Amino acid sequence: MTETATLSDAINIIVPTGMLGAGVSRAQIQYGIGRGASAIAVDSGSTDSGPAYLARGVSKMNRESIKRDLQIVMTEAHTAKIPLLVGSCGTSGTDAGVDWTRDIVLEVAAELGTSPKIVCLYSEQNVDDLIRKNGEGAIVPLPPLGPVSDADLKSCEHIVALLGPEPYIAALEAGADIVLGGRTTDTAVLAAVPLMRGAGTAQAWHAAKIAECGGLCTVNPSLGGVLMRVGRDAFEIEPLDIDNQCSPDTVSAHLLYENSDPFTLTEPGGVLDARDADYRWVDNRITRVTGSRWTPKPYTMKLEGARGGDFQTIMLIGIEDPEVLANLDEFHDLMQKTLTNRIRRTFGDEAARFDVSLRIYGWNGTSGRPVPSGTMPPRDVGVMFVVTAPTQELANRMAKACNPYFFHTPLRPGIEMPSYAFPFTPAEIPRGQVYEFVLNHIVQTRDAFELVRSVTIDPARENKGTVNA
Amino acid sequence: MPKLGEICRHVRSKNAGPFWITVDLFFDGEETFRRYRDAPALSPQTFANLFGTNPELVKRIPVDNLHVIKISYPRPHPQGWMQERDMHSGQQFARLLDLEID
Repeated sequence: MTETATLSDAINIIVPTGMLGAGVSRAQIQYGIGRGASAIAVDSGSTDSGPAYLARGVSKMNRESIKRDLQIVMTEAHTAKIPLLVGSCGTSGTDAGVDWTRDIVLEVAAELGTSPKIVCLYSEQNVDDLIRKNGEGAIVPLPPLGPVSDADLKSCEHIVALLGPEPYIAALEAGADIVLGGRTTDTAVLAAVPLMRGAGTAQAWHAAKIAECGGLCTVNPSLGGVLMRVGRDAFEIEPLDIDNQCSPDTVSAHLLYENSDPFTLTEPGGVLDARDADYRWVDNRITRVTGSRWTPKPYTMKLEGARGGDFQTIMLIGIEDPEVLANLDEFHDLMQKTLTNRIRRTFGDEAARFDVSLRIYGWNGTSGRPVPSGTMPPRDVGVMFVVTAPTQELANRMAKACNPYFFHTPLRPGIEMPSYAFPFTPAEIPRGQVYEFVLNHIVQTRDAFELVRSVTIDPARENKGTVNA
Repeated sequence: MPKLGEICRHVRSKNAGPFWITVDLFFDGEETFRRYRDAPALSPQTFANLFGTNPELVKRIPVDNLHVIKISYPRPHPQGWMQERDMHSGQQFARLLDLEID
């Protein structure tokens, strides 16, 4: 132990993984508890994988992996008598995502024979409330988007507001053992307990930003989570694995990750400024950070919204024909024209809105940009056909209409009809709907609670939920 | 002229929220970092040409202690649009490697 060297006033939080369901280690959590942890906090959400999860309101992680991680963190939190906080339940943090996670938590609790007091925090928004807010000028765009229209708001399948730490703190002060949050900033769920227990504000937010992806701020991210040790004037990041290290470089470099500005982070109720932060070794495993600053601002919550669009059907072929491989750009343009014309001719007025996209993997499929002149032909390419249309049924029919042309189009007229390599039968694969994010806006609120609903499940009160609007 | 891919020890790209992409250029040591910190080849217009982004919104932030230049730019299309080719923008860095830099 290096207790004498580390901060004496720290509030310690176990961050067992960057994403609930990705896998947690019981031994690591027990190590963190041995180091005096006050809570286990974990993020369960992300927009990283695209808008489909928010638009559909379903989790990216499967139920079994969430349950496996909950079995471990709930057991250890119960044994150590420390609270468990889960942010952004169900990936996108919709109301359904919170309820889905709550049901898994109740199932695990029943299996463990425990009866934790659970508080659910809901932050999915009613579109009419947001239209009223928009009318008051309280919804403000962030670059690169402009003002949001009421029609845009109405087009969303789900809209969530990102929770700050205050509702988590209120839940814990009311005696919650487990807090399950709707969409939450990655940092707020981790910063809540240090803020509640009097740690430095800037230090809590900055530590949370570093720890948000669990082990990603360590020298060996495959070795699991981290312990945030947050004091009044400094914080430390310690790996939960004895063989791992948090170095000044790996800790400070985490501010670069998935972040458009590494020094300035706007959070609900203020802005973190990490420009003058200083990162130093405490010992050969732990890094201490000083110099973080926090400026309070009027309370805002970020909004996320997603909607469903048109539908896609795809087909794939492989090509090893050297003649085609030597003329791939010409082949792409010919195929694009042939398939577009085929759809226009076949579907007439039904083809008022459609898109055909061809990606030649092995040539320029990833970028779609011209290849430098003089590039040698590849030995093999895969060509993906993507048709987008207003319904799945129409996209399927368009793909079927294109099938023989995609399969047989010769590079030049007059040569014998080629057949390219379909890997599947049937060749057309209905891919589903296109989803898009609509909102990149903040909403000004009266306080941290205006747009949040909390529901308490208290076994001591015979499982009757109480609602505080 | 040397290319960015030859000068940097690592170049990476990643989505930063649904509407932004961020590129990190890791330079090999203090001297190289100082030399290219303000290189005109890494201008907003270069990013507009390579990625079709709005040059007025391109952010360029040197991170001195890590010898990193961070450049962030808005996605020309929202993440997941119908012609999406790189959902997480993790391969966008590749077209920077051949950029000649003075």
